[in-house]
Amino acid sequence: MHYTLLFFESPEEFAQRKDPSQQEAYLAGWTHYVHALRESGVVVSGSGLYPPETATALRRRGGETLVQDGPVTETKEQLGGVFVIDVPDLDAALTWAARSPVSAVEVRENLAPLK
Amino acid sequence: MSAGRNARDTIDRAVRESYGRLIAYLAVRWRDVAAAEDALADAVVAALESWPRAGVPDKPEAWLLTAARRRLIDGARRASLQQQTLPALLAMTDRMEREGGAADVAFPDERLQMLFLCAHPDIDPAMRTPLMLNAVLGIDAARIASAFIVKPATMGQRLTRVKAKIREDRIQFELPDAEALPQRIDAVLEAIYAAYGSGWDDLAGVDPRRKGLTEEAISLGRLLVRFMPEEPEAQGLLAFMLHGEARREARRSETGSYVPLLEQEVSRWSVLHIEEAERCLNRAAQAGRIGRFQLEAAIQSVHAQRARTGRVEWEAIGLLYEGLVRLAPTIGSLVGRAAAVAEARGAETGLRLLEAIPSSAVEGYQPYWALRAHLLVRMRRREEARAAYRLAIGLCSDPAVRAYLYRQSAFLNRWNE
Repeated sequence: MHYTLLFFESPEEFAQRKDPSQQEAYLAGWTHYVHALRESGVVVSGSGLYPPETATALRRRGGETLVQDGPVTETKEQLGGVFVIDVPDLDAALTWAARSPVSAVEVRENLAPLK
Repeated sequence: MSAGRNARDTIDRAVRESYGRLIAYLAVRWRDVAAAEDALADAVVAALESWPRAGVPDKPEAWLLTAARRRLIDGARRASLQQQTLPALLAMTDRMEREGGAADVAFPDERLQMLFLCAHPDIDPAMRTPLMLNAVLGIDAARIASAFIVKPATMGQRLTRVKAKIREDRIQFELPDAEALPQRIDAVLEAIYAAYGSGWDDLAGVDPRRKGLTEEAISLGRLLVRFMPEEPEAQGLLAFMLHGEARREARRSETGSYVPLLEQEVSRWSVLHIEEAERCLNRAAQAGRIGRFQLEAAIQSVHAQRARTGRVEWEAIGLLYEGLVRLAPTIGSLVGRAAAVAEARGAETGLRLLEAIPSSAVEGYQPYWALRAHLLVRMRRREEARAAYRLAIGLCSDPAVRAYLYRQSAFLNRWNE
């Protein structure tokens, strides 16, 4: 079964990426986690993402396309990375989510591929 | 307004303090855990309506019990067209009336039967602990789900399903006979132990998946000991958990960092808990029958002696682990033994034991990787240590422990070859 882990990060966590005093620990958290994921053979695909302020959002309103700087939703926690993993069940997917270094993770089962 | 609040407070207190007893009393007689819970929930609703108007009864528990009982009988009557068993159920409630007596609060405590029911061989071992927490302590599915890292809706469904199975398969509520008893006690102990979690204060690593329910596990342990004070393994399990609880404060520094057992300040250990644990262990020893949980407790007891002697008797701990591995060769005890032997006889010997564990068993087991890293550092095998730290950190689900391991791994970079 394929599950998607959506890693959400707080503004503080995004700030750690750039803060020289915290950068190393922040990145180590990710690299070790991703290493453990890959080592276990469950990774289908995945990647970390550049921070939300670099995002570009497209919205369609009444036939018009509006292009905006920034993410689609202005929530406090923003998407910081995505992984698709292949594990037997949701319990196993949640076990992996619990090991992630970020403060919030959303887990969803992937739909079967469209034919 | 204040009558309403008073009534609500009384209901909350009655349900909080007597939930397990009320459910056990109803479920054991009705042979249906889910129906007992529904009936008690309805009784609480009825109390919320009636008590603010009519006043809080003298014996709130007895009132709730009577209301729940009535509700069970009504439900059975409504379903009686399909239910051939109604006469039997009614006969049982007559007995309930006689035994309980509507106004008598001193209804019998049937929670021991509930503990054994929850650990019945026909119930999936993975659901025994959640069922115990839910049916005996009244902990809701959402909290249990968080402790076990399971989706709350899924945990709710699993609990509903296991209760339906108890009803449909007519699983025995009676205590097992003398022949089956020892095995069934093991299952009960196992389920309580799983609620506590294990090894999370070991030298090297932690297995923190279930650390949220330690107090609840201790309540279950106390309950079992109250019913079976002569059972040495019940005393042993309680002693083990109390030793762990004694160190709760000491496990975190003032700033919230993780402090491993050997670095804990003994002045921050709870003397009361340690003394209680030692009393349990002494009581257990009187039976003259050693077992897995007494050994687990004895290991913790040796660690606790550091508060008096200032040192850890690693040879003694190694011997106790030797016995434990013989009785219960779990991954936790194998890793624990390797850690103890490494302290007593050197990192090389410890690592040899660690590497003898089948690799399929240790793949995702975080404490294994944390201990491996620790031993490799001591042997100054830098690259292998680094690889072990990567997995120990990557598999860790406790932020404080992760940060601790990261600090340890960072020392590696400062070595001069």
